[in-house]
Amino acid sequence: MKARSRPAGTALALGLPVLFLGYFFLYPLIRILWLSLSGEGWTDAFTRPRFIEAAWFTLWQASLSTVLTVVAALPLTWVVSRFNFRGKALVRAFVTVPFVLPTVVVGAAFLSVFDAGLWALIAAHVFYNVAVVVRTVGGVWSRIDPTMEDAAAVLGASPIRRFRMIVLPLIRPALASASAIVFLFCFTSFGTVLVLGQGRLRTLEVEIYQQAVNFLDLPVAAALSLIQLATVTAMLVVSARTQKRASALTLASETRLPGPRPGGQRRSAWAILTVSLGLLAVPLIGLVGASLAGRGVGWRSLLTDTPSAVDPLPAIANSLGYAIVASLIAVVVGGLAASWLSDHGAGGWFDLLLMLPLGTSAVTIGFGFLLALDRPIDLRGTAALVPLAHALVAIPFVVRATLPLLRSIKRELREAAAVLGASPARVWREIDLPIVTRALAVGAGFAAVVSLGEFGATSFVVRPASTTVPALIFRYLGRPGSSNFATAMALAVVLAAMTAIIVLLIDRVRGAETGMF
Amino acid sequence: MLVVEDVSVHFGEKAALDGASLEIGPGEVVALLGPSGSGKSTLLRAIAGLETIESGRILFNGKDLTGVPVHERGFGLMFQSYALFPHLSVADNVAFGLRMKNVADDDVRARVAEVLGWVGLEQFALRRVDRLSGGEQQRVALARTLAPRPPLVMLDEPVGALDRMLRERLVEDIGGLLDREGAAAIYVTHDHEEARAISDRVAIMRDGKVVQSGPYQTLATAPATPWVTEFLGVKPRT
Repeated sequence: MKARSRPAGTALALGLPVLFLGYFFLYPLIRILWLSLSGEGWTDAFTRPRFIEAAWFTLWQASLSTVLTVVAALPLTWVVSRFNFRGKALVRAFVTVPFVLPTVVVGAAFLSVFDAGLWALIAAHVFYNVAVVVRTVGGVWSRIDPTMEDAAAVLGASPIRRFRMIVLPLIRPALASASAIVFLFCFTSFGTVLVLGQGRLRTLEVEIYQQAVNFLDLPVAAALSLIQLATVTAMLVVSARTQKRASALTLASETRLPGPRPGGQRRSAWAILTVSLGLLAVPLIGLVGASLAGRGVGWRSLLTDTPSAVDPLPAIANSLGYAIVASLIAVVVGGLAASWLSDHGAGGWFDLLLMLPLGTSAVTIGFGFLLALDRPIDLRGTAALVPLAHALVAIPFVVRATLPLLRSIKRELREAAAVLGASPARVWREIDLPIVTRALAVGAGFAAVVSLGEFGATSFVVRPASTTVPALIFRYLGRPGSSNFATAMALAVVLAAMTAIIVLLIDRVRGAETGMF
Repeated sequence: MLVVEDVSVHFGEKAALDGASLEIGPGEVVALLGPSGSGKSTLLRAIAGLETIESGRILFNGKDLTGVPVHERGFGLMFQSYALFPHLSVADNVAFGLRMKNVADDDVRARVAEVLGWVGLEQFALRRVDRLSGGEQQRVALARTLAPRPPLVMLDEPVGALDRMLRERLVEDIGGLLDREGAAAIYVTHDHEEARAISDRVAIMRDGKVVQSGPYQTLATAPATPWVTEFLGVKPRT
């Protein structure tokens, strides 16, 4: 076939993302590297007990959170992927809610029902990540032919042995890849730790922030950032490997599932559903309840001017504005990149460059912005840094969300349209354009969700006058008094609602059921 | 009606079609049978205008099709992978060809309902195509191909991806529909039974050429070459 060559378009699709990531991502990283080499950054990072403690804590809290997430999620995964019942779509949607909530909101929700501390943090991590296991593992489990288990039962295997010998080996790759993602999220957790740790629980991410902002020990912060970056990148590579192996497994298309059998099976399925969903609902109900405490003082303070603090309403407007600008930038850069990848195939250096911001902690991105973006124009004092940082964090999500849709425009679709009588111009209008538009709308939605909830990078670059909702929630939580607490909770409810609306819109546009990761 | 004269198509060095010739009369159903890689799909794509032919020509009702773009040929082609449009509903997929012909909306609706009725998918009209089973997708693709009433329908292993039980029933259904529409058809398959069941005439392809064509019975009783004998798995009469 004649390959249409569009050299100008190709140059733009490759050039703009490379320039953007080069200046806003690689260049700040180089400045961080440079800074880490001055002073005692590396020696300090590897020898001071404070940092070794933080590294150790990061590692074990992430491991514990991951194990507990898997344990908590597996029974629910079993029910959702093995049985059909009324309201299943609703259950699935509800399970996903915690995952799309901004980390600061999750922190606030747990603060409304627990005392701050280690167990609140671990519980929050489990709450946040159950969706990852249910969706990733459930996607595979629901496509394992149930008659295999029946065959094993006929051959004399008890339910536990059926799980261990049939199901577990088949879902293991998915389980490994889900665990890797959960571990990664817990390892780089920042907003939740800051809110629930009250300064006593310190992950590497928190340590980078405190060294850079509170102690102004920039070389150490730089060295820690690079250690964090290297660790996370290594984990991403490992998880990508396992994922590749997971997809190599051939599975039946989703089989028609029965309802749970009456008796023991039905009772345990209902018990699991009730307990799991009940536990997931507790922090959400707690959050709404706490926002209503004190006869709605929190909600009233959203609308009244408070002389001591930044007003909530402008922060909501700021957040919306940043979300719009950030998703525009992310959709242009990410969309161009995705179109290049869909033409030339993923997997090369360009793909890696696009995914790297995902492996870089948000705090590092914010830190790098502050260090580096003074040339050629000094952007550091401007509000532009916030949406730029958000766009950078969002670009990998935009690329991953749009790529499958762009790839679905196969050559055959265009051929089929032509055979049915569509001229080349008509093919573009009827086939390419609607699919591209949909892809970009989905990408923009993801970018907006990321932007609304972003806290790590924001905490570095935001100015009090141009603050965002997550940053403001954090500030209210840091103030004494029950009315400040209630205001933080009310703001968290508002932010959660804004996020939920966008997620619902994305689902409407996308329609098909695909994962977020 | 359709005459394919000595057509060759190359993919790089390799000849996918190497002087293939075929004739089809009005309303005739020809099964194109041959091992994989013998050029069956390429021949369909060449007739549809999706492949550039290097030599030979294709005539339709006496008119040379060389230079006529794909979208002006007006043939029907059902792709092996169905190539359903993922962003359109079942009904919109089926309506696509009619809309390209600027058929009035009311007539489009009526025809879509009629064709979906034939394939038993009336109640699926508003569904998204990616939510359908393989067999259902196959029937949508068939309905989409037939809806604009093409004078020549080309089907590329239309039931190849389905399981045996479903296949036999669908082959029967397709035969019935082709009869009803009175369209000429080329039906690509590598299944002898299917070829025999659906066609008036079988054309056997090998290495980019049509080596023999005729009613299945004739081929079986008088194979032109030893290779055809072996391919059809019939014992020559002694």
